[in-house]
Amino acid sequence: MGAYLVRRFFLMLLTLFGMSVLIFVLLRVMPGNISDILFESAGLVNPAEKAKIEKELGLDQPLVVQYSTWISGLLRGDLGYAYVSEKPALDEILPRIPITAKLAVLALFFSIVLGVPLGVISAVKQDTPLDYALRVVSLSGLSLPSFWLALLILMGFVHFLGWIPIYTDKPATIWHELALLSIPAAAVGFRASALIMRLTRSSMLEVLRQDYIRTARAKGASAASVNYDHALRNAVLPVITIIGIEAAFLIGGLIVTETVFNIPGVARFLVEAIRWRDYPIVQNLVMFIAVVVVVVNFLVDMAYVVLDPRIKYED
Amino acid sequence: MDARADVQPEAGAQALLEVDDLQTYFFTRQGVVKAVDGVSFALRRGETLAIVGESGCGKSITALSLLRLIPDPPGRIVGGTVRLAGHDLMTLDEPAMRNVRGNDISMIFQEPMTSLNPVMTIGRQIAEVILLHQDVSRKEALAKAVEMLRLVRIPEPEQRVREYPHQLSGGMRQRAMIAIALACNPKVLIADEPTTALDVTIQAQILELIVELQQKLGTAVILITHDLGVVAETAQRVIVMYAGRKVEEAPVGELFAHALHPYTHGLLASIPRLDLMRGEVNDTPQRLQEITGIVPALTDLPQGCVFAPRCKFADDRCRAQYPPYEQKRSGHWAACWNSDALYGGALHA
Repeated sequence: MGAYLVRRFFLMLLTLFGMSVLIFVLLRVMPGNISDILFESAGLVNPAEKAKIEKELGLDQPLVVQYSTWISGLLRGDLGYAYVSEKPALDEILPRIPITAKLAVLALFFSIVLGVPLGVISAVKQDTPLDYALRVVSLSGLSLPSFWLALLILMGFVHFLGWIPIYTDKPATIWHELALLSIPAAAVGFRASALIMRLTRSSMLEVLRQDYIRTARAKGASAASVNYDHALRNAVLPVITIIGIEAAFLIGGLIVTETVFNIPGVARFLVEAIRWRDYPIVQNLVMFIAVVVVVVNFLVDMAYVVLDPRIKYED
Repeated sequence: MDARADVQPEAGAQALLEVDDLQTYFFTRQGVVKAVDGVSFALRRGETLAIVGESGCGKSITALSLLRLIPDPPGRIVGGTVRLAGHDLMTLDEPAMRNVRGNDISMIFQEPMTSLNPVMTIGRQIAEVILLHQDVSRKEALAKAVEMLRLVRIPEPEQRVREYPHQLSGGMRQRAMIAIALACNPKVLIADEPTTALDVTIQAQILELIVELQQKLGTAVILITHDLGVVAETAQRVIVMYAGRKVEEAPVGELFAHALHPYTHGLLASIPRLDLMRGEVNDTPQRLQEITGIVPALTDLPQGCVFAPRCKFADDRCRAQYPPYEQKRSGHWAACWNSDALYGGALHA
């Protein structure tokens, strides 16, 4: 296990290195840089001035130099300065992370708390009207685009019902903040919950057919104990995998949701930064997201060891 | 079928489990499958009763019906009673029935590799049944689990309780299953093909263990098997089932000596015997006998005797009318029109 962890750690570093190259290259392949955009919007074309800006930002350097400057800075904890605001990139990114993190955790929480039990119920009540209803709900969760769902929610809950206050920066209490975030989180988490529900259902159906479920019943265990203690513990394994993958997809959903709900999180900020070709912001932020995804997947693999005694990571 | 008192004359005060006219049907798109169709028997305290028959004859469904574990839908027990020490199990509500399962009647299954939960330790799986039925602490239950593992002769039980099923061999897992089944000292143990999935040397050990523990604990055993060799070694009485019905029932010695149903004869003839196959008995080596044909689809049973299409002695009456299940010799029952003519029946009694 120890040697596995060491090897795994280096693999994670390798993955992140690959990610950094990919982000860097993709950004440079995108047409234009910040000076192009500035000059285009200003309608002025003064090549000398443009070259001066590029020189100032280091954009005239060869790509290899630019890359090594970024990475060596990153390793020292120096993320450079944002092109647009001209503030340290770290100061721009850090304050925005908590709100997005809260939103993401809440969305994931929603999707699990909703998806797993409903998936179990759907499987246990297979082919009943309840099962059909839940399957329709989960199918719609997969097919409704989250921006449309978010707009509907906004219209319904904020405009017509007035239940959810419009976003403010300074929520009075933690409950106020939770109320603020819960609806956008539900809008993002709905898709994931639908996926988790469907997977839990099919995985449960598979497990409920197993011999050991019959054994549990023959012991005199109650239906609840059979379904949750015996069946779910086995059925949850593939669901854990999908939760890990969905955690990455969630960030894509957050970009849309933060925009629709006007939440000043990191996801919307990232889109804005991409539009301006604000390389220090985009590069570092995407690297941060990559680290989160890599770590989440590592945790998922570790969860397997805890949940399935048959799995052991040998050296 | 006959009145009950007539069917089981010995099913008096000492009968522990009385099954009467049990009917378990499966309602499928292809039609109603009468998996168990009017089966009656009685089990005495400490007795071993074997139920034999080919795959699909309804023996396992009979066993599951006793515990009311038939998957519903599609299956349902549509008729009959099951009395345990005089109490009808069919009228119990679900919580009361759960109290019977694993406590009064417990079951060992055919496939030890898949019958244990892969993500729970052996100890927890034994402790679970103890905690469900006895008022003990978790710690006491685990201590009892170790004791049970010792009883089924699993070496190093203190370590094994902490292990998972995948760390145990097939034979060890079946021993663990037996430990689970006997943990609450049940009155009835149903063993559904307990040795079929094991290799031959392990089969003998597991059978010995079951017989030994049965004698030690006084448990009555219903042994479900297709292996007549197993029956000969362990059971006192035998029921032969075919297509959801009983076709013959007798004490084990009597059945092997004077089987009265052509189907039972077919089963007996299909046991491989080296002396016959080497030609030591009849001078010429003989091929292993088989019963021609297959078990009929239970949705489409023939009108008369269900065995008639495969029976080389079947006549017009066999094909037209189901034969009565009647006592042919003392304690020996069979359902065959021609048993007297074929095998002598009452004349030899």
